[in-house]
Amino acid sequence: MPAVRHALRDYAPAAALLLALLVVWEAAVRVLDVAPYLVPAPSRIARAFMEVRGTLPDHLRTTAAEAALGLAFSAALGAGCAALLAWTTPLRRAVYPLLVISQNVPLVVIAPLLVVWFGFGMLPKVLVVTLMGFFPIVVATTDGLLRADGDLVELARSYGASRWQVLREVLIPSAVPAFFAGLQISAAYAVLGAVIAEWVGASSGLGLFITRSQTAFRVDRVFVAVAVIAALSIASFAAVHLAARLAMPWQHVAHGGAQEEVRG
Amino acid sequence: MLDGRAIDVRGVSLTYAGPPPVHALDGVDIEVARGEFVALLGPSGCGKSTLLRILADLVRPTSGEARADGVAYMPQRDLLLPWRRVLGNAVFAAELAGVPPDEAKRRARALLPRFGLEGFEQAWPAQLSGGMRQRLALLRTFLAPRETLLLDEPFGALDAITRRQMQRWLQDVLALEPRTVLLVTHDVEEALNLADTVYVMSPRPGRIVARIPVAIGRPRDAATVTSPGFIALKARLLAALDGDAAHDALSSS
Ligand SMILES: Nc1ncnc2c1ncn2[C@@H]1O[C@H](COP(=O)(O)OP(=O)(O)OP(=O)(O)O)[C@@H](O)[C@H]1O
Ligand SMILES: [Mg+2]
Repeated sequence: MPAVRHALRDYAPAAALLLALLVVWEAAVRVLDVAPYLVPAPSRIARAFMEVRGTLPDHLRTTAAEAALGLAFSAALGAGCAALLAWTTPLRRAVYPLLVISQNVPLVVIAPLLVVWFGFGMLPKVLVVTLMGFFPIVVATTDGLLRADGDLVELARSYGASRWQVLREVLIPSAVPAFFAGLQISAAYAVLGAVIAEWVGASSGLGLFITRSQTAFRVDRVFVAVAVIAALSIASFAAVHLAARLAMPWQHVAHGGAQEEVRG
Repeated sequence: MLDGRAIDVRGVSLTYAGPPPVHALDGVDIEVARGEFVALLGPSGCGKSTLLRILADLVRPTSGEARADGVAYMPQRDLLLPWRRVLGNAVFAAELAGVPPDEAKRRARALLPRFGLEGFEQAWPAQLSGGMRQRLALLRTFLAPRETLLLDEPFGALDAITRRQMQRWLQDVLALEPRTVLLVTHDVEEALNLADTVYVMSPRPGRIVARIPVAIGRPRDAATVTSPGFIALKARLLAALDGDAAHDALSSS
C-alpha cells in the first residue's frame, strides 16, 4: 500500500534517530554508572512504566480531557473573535494590542490565580489551556479572513451577495486553512498547558503524578510521565492534522491533469 | 429606459484616486444592442477591465453615465472557489443572485455536457485543466439569471490552439443559449471571430478610437480567417490600435 510506504518514508528517519538516542542514553548511564535518582536509564524507565500502568490511565484521562476541552473552547472562541475582529476595523485596532499584551502574562502567574479562583477541579486547567490556545488561533484566523482574495469578494458582490453571504461563502472558507494552522500550534501546546496548570494544584492528572513522583525522588516515574505527555501531544497534533484533512478535502487532490475535451 | 439597448455608456471617465492617481478612462461611449456581440479591443492597461467593473456596478465612474440591465460579470481571472466542487462553482453566481439551489443545480447539470464538463461535476477546480477552468467560469456566468454577459478576456490565459477551439465553442453555445455579450480582448482575431461590432480603445487613458462593424457571416471557421473580408478588417483594426486611424473613429455603422 502506498500510504504505508509514505508513512515509512516520512517517519522512519525520526524513529531511527530516537532509537539511536535511547541506545546511547542507556549505554552512557551504564558505562558512567549514573545514579538512577539523577538520570535513570531507559530500561529503568520502562520498568517504572510497568509499575504505574495501573494508576497512570486515570491521570492520563484527566489531562487529555482538560487539553481537549480547552482546545475546543479556544478554537470556538478564537474563530468567533477572529470573525468579529475581521468584521470591524475599529474593534480590531482597539483589541488587537491588548491580545498581544495578554500573551505576555506568564502562565505560571495566571495558573495559581485561576486555581485560587476556581478550585482544584478541571475548570482552572481547561481555562489555562483555553487562554494558551486562543491566541495563535485568533491571530491566524483574523489574518486568514483579512487575506481573502478581494477579487472573489468583488465577484460575489457583483451577483448581489449580502455582507453575510460574502462572509459565509468567501471569507470563512478562505480562512479555514489559516484557522487550522493556528489550531495546529495550539494543539501542540494544549497538553503542556494542562500539565502546568495541574502542577499548581490538582486532584488528578499527569501534572499531579509528576509532583508526587518528584517528592518521592522517583525520577524514573517523572520520565515515564514525560514520555506519556510527549505521546499525548503528538496524538493531539495528529488529530488536528486529520481534522484539517477532512475539513479541507480540496487541498489534497492532485493538481491539473484532467483530460482536455471540447465539445462543439 | 435603455430603449432596447442592453448597455449604454456615455462619456464615462474614471480616475483612480491612487496615489498615484491613474487616469484610466477618458470619455468612453459604447452602445450594445440586445442580442448583440460586442468586442472591446485595446492594449494592456487601457482600462478595459475598469469599464467592465463600472458596468458590473463595482466602481463608480468619475464622470459620465454607464447603464446596463442585469449583467453577469466574468472577471479576468477565473476566480473559481477552490473549496467548491465543479457543480458548486457552476451554481455559485446563480445562488447569490437568488435562484433556488435545486433549480440552479438542475440547470447546471443540464449544461455540463455542453461546457465539456460532463463527468467532472464532483471534481475540485484544482483537478481541472486551464481550458476546463475557463469553461466552468463561463458556465457560472451563463447560469446567473442575467441577460447580458460581461466577459473579461475569458480565453486570455489559454494557448493558441485551445483558444481557437474555445472561440468556436462559444459561438455554438451562444447559438443555443442566446445572450448579449460584451467581450474584452486584446486579440484582434478573437474580436473578429466572435463579434458583431468591435470597439477599439487607445492606450491609457482609454478612449474609443474606432467602432467597426464585422459584416462576416456565421459560423466563422478556419476558412473565414483567410478570407479577404476578414483580412481587410484585421488591417483596419490593427491600424486603429496603432493609432493611425483616429479618423476612422465612429465612421461606419
Ligand atoms: N483598483 C485600482 N486602483 C488603482 N489603479 C487601478 C486599479 N485597477 C486598475 N488600475 C489602473 O488602471 C489602469 C487600467 O487598468 P485595467 O485593469 O482596466 O486595464 P486593462 O485594459 O484591463 O488591462 P489588461 O489588458 O492588462 O487587463 C491601469 O493602469 C491600472 O494600473
Ligand atoms: Mg484587464
